[in-house]
Amino acid sequence: MTLAIDVHELTRRFGSFTAVDSITFHVDEGEVFGFLGANGAGKTTAIKMLIGLLAPTSGRASVAGFDVLTQAEQVRRHIGYMSQRFSLYDDLTVRENITLYGGIYGLSDAQIRERGDALIRDLQLGKAADERVSALPLGWKQKLAFSVAVLHQPAVVFLDEPTGGVDPITRRQFWEMIYAAAARGTTVFVTTHYLDEAEYCDRVSIMVDGRIAAMGTPDELKRGNDVATLDELFVRLARPDDGSGATAGPSAAPGRS
Amino acid sequence: MALRTSALSAFMAKELRHILRDRQTLVILLLLPLAMVVLFGFALRTEVNDIRTVFVDPVPDYATTALRNRFLGNGRFDLVADAATVAAVEPLFRRGDADVAVVFEPGFASRVAAGMPAQVLIISDASDPNTGSRMQAYARAVTASYQAELGSAGGGVRIVTQTRMRFNPSLESVNLFVPGLIALVLTLVTALMTAISLSREKERGTLEILLVSPLRPWQIIVGKVLPYLGLAFANVLTALLAAWIIFDIPFRGSITLLLLTSTLYAMVGLALGVFIAARTNSQRAAMLGAMAGTMLPTTLLSGMIFPIASLPGWLQPVTLVIPARWFIIIARGIMLKGVGVQYLWEPIAVLAVMLVVLMLVAIRSFKPRLA
Repeated sequence: MTLAIDVHELTRRFGSFTAVDSITFHVDEGEVFGFLGANGAGKTTAIKMLIGLLAPTSGRASVAGFDVLTQAEQVRRHIGYMSQRFSLYDDLTVRENITLYGGIYGLSDAQIRERGDALIRDLQLGKAADERVSALPLGWKQKLAFSVAVLHQPAVVFLDEPTGGVDPITRRQFWEMIYAAAARGTTVFVTTHYLDEAEYCDRVSIMVDGRIAAMGTPDELKRGNDVATLDELFVRLARPDDGSGATAGPSAAPGRS
Repeated sequence: MALRTSALSAFMAKELRHILRDRQTLVILLLLPLAMVVLFGFALRTEVNDIRTVFVDPVPDYATTALRNRFLGNGRFDLVADAATVAAVEPLFRRGDADVAVVFEPGFASRVAAGMPAQVLIISDASDPNTGSRMQAYARAVTASYQAELGSAGGGVRIVTQTRMRFNPSLESVNLFVPGLIALVLTLVTALMTAISLSREKERGTLEILLVSPLRPWQIIVGKVLPYLGLAFANVLTALLAAWIIFDIPFRGSITLLLLTSTLYAMVGLALGVFIAARTNSQRAAMLGAMAGTMLPTTLLSGMIFPIASLPGWLQPVTLVIPARWFIIIARGIMLKGVGVQYLWEPIAVLAVMLVVLMLVAIRSFKPRLA
C-alpha cells in the first residue's frame, strides 16, 4: 500500500524556538488521520510544512508520493485544503465559488457542472445555489467549504479544525461527509479540538510541545494508557505532572484547549 | 497548457465579479475621474480672473491708450479707477479695492518711437503671494505681446522684460492639471485598489487557500491586477473626455501613445499595490500604506500642483523616484506639446525600469513559502 503522507524527522525552528521537533509518522492511503494537540503544540506549523506554505528546517516529508520541498507544485495539484478560517468568497454565490475552485484545480467545464450539481444536491442547497455565500448559515458554509476542498477529488485533504463553532448535528453530518470522501479514496488529515471527534478517526496522533507524544488507533491508545476516553489521555499528555503546575488551570476543567 | 489558462481565467473571472458586485465602489471609481476633473478644473484653478485694475497715466498718448485697451480686452483685467499719481493708488490697495496698478511713465509713446526704454510699472497686491505673482505674470504677458507687435512693425522697441510662456500662453491652469489628474486617478485605482483587494484576501485567509492551490504566484498577481488595468483604462478615457467636453482642453499629440504610456504607468501602480499588500497584514494598514506611499507623493511631489522647482532643494531629488513625476512629464508632453516618443523616451524608460524593479520586488515578497 502506498503512503499518502510520509514524514521523517520533520523539524521547524523559528529562531531558538522549535515549533515542530523531529516528528516522524505516516498516513496510509484512504485513512482518516486525526492530528491532535493543544494550541501552540505545533499542529498548524506541521500542516503548513506538509501543504507547502512553510519550508522545513530539516527532515523530509512527502504527500501523495511527492516530496514537499522539491515537488511542491505536484503536491499542490494533489491536495485539498480547508483552513481554520472560512475559505470561500462571501460576495460570490455558491455556484460561483464552485466554478472558481473547480477552474483553479483544472477541472473541465463539464466536470465542474456535473460535480457542482451533485454537490448542491447532496448539500440540499437547491434554491440557495445562486445566492451569495454570505447569506448561508455557518454550518452550511462549513459543509460547502469542505465539499469545495474535495471537489477535484484530491489524493489527500487537509482539514484544519473544520468543525469549529458548528452545532453537534452539523458536526455529525460533516463527519459523514468526511467518511464519504475517504470511501472515494481521499486520505483525510484532520486537526480538531473535539476529542469525541478524534474517536471517529482511524488513527490519531497527539502532539505536545512540537513532538508526537502518542499515536495509534483510538482503541489502542485508550487500552495502552489505561484511560476511558481520549479526552483523559489528552489532558494527561498535554499537562504532564512535572511539578510546574503554574501554567495549568483548574484541573477540574476537562481539557479542551 | 490548457489547465493553466483555465485556472488563470477562472481566477480572473472571480476577480471581475468582486469588482462588478461591489456596486458602490465601482460607481465611485468610474465617476471619480469626472468628479476630479470638474473639481480641479473649477475649484482649484490657480489662475486669477477679475483682476481689479487701476491705471496711472498722467500723460495719455497713443501707446498708453493702446496698451490700456490691451489690458481691458484681455478678459482678466477690469478697470476700477484711473488715478492721477502713484500715491493716489495707495489708499485703493489699502482698502482692498484694487489688485493691480499699471503705471505709465510720461512721454511713453515718444520714448517707444525713439527706441528708448519705455517703462511700465506694474504694482500688484501681493498679500497673497501666489495670486500676486500670477497677476504680475498676466500683466507682463500683456505688455510683452504689445511690445512684440510694435517690434515686428518698427523694431528696437523696449517696454518691459520679456517673459516667455509657450504651450500655455493663456496660463490656463486646468490644462496643466489634467495630466496630473490622470496620474492621480490611475494611482488610486491601481495601487490603492490592488493593495486593498489583495490584503483583503490575506486578512480573510483566502490567500492561503490560493497559495496552496496549483495557481502560481504570478498567476495570482496577474489575475488580481488585470481587471483593475481595464478599469484604469476606462478612467483615462473618462478623464480625457471630461477635460475635452467641459474645458475644451487641447489634445495635441497621439492618443495611442498616451494610452500606451498610461498602461505602463498603471502597471507601475499595480506593482506598487502588490508590493504594499505583500508587506502589510491588514486591509487598513494596506490602505494607509497606499495613501501615504502613493497618493500623497503623487499629489504633492509629482509637479502636478506644485512645481518641482519650487520645492525645497533637499526635497527635489526625492521626486525622482515618484513614478507620477515621470508620467506627468509624458502626459503633458503628449497632450499640451504634441510631442512624440523621440522627446519622451527618457521618462518612458524611467517608468519601464521602475516597473521591472517593482515587479521583481513584488513577486519576491509574495513568495508562497513564508521562509
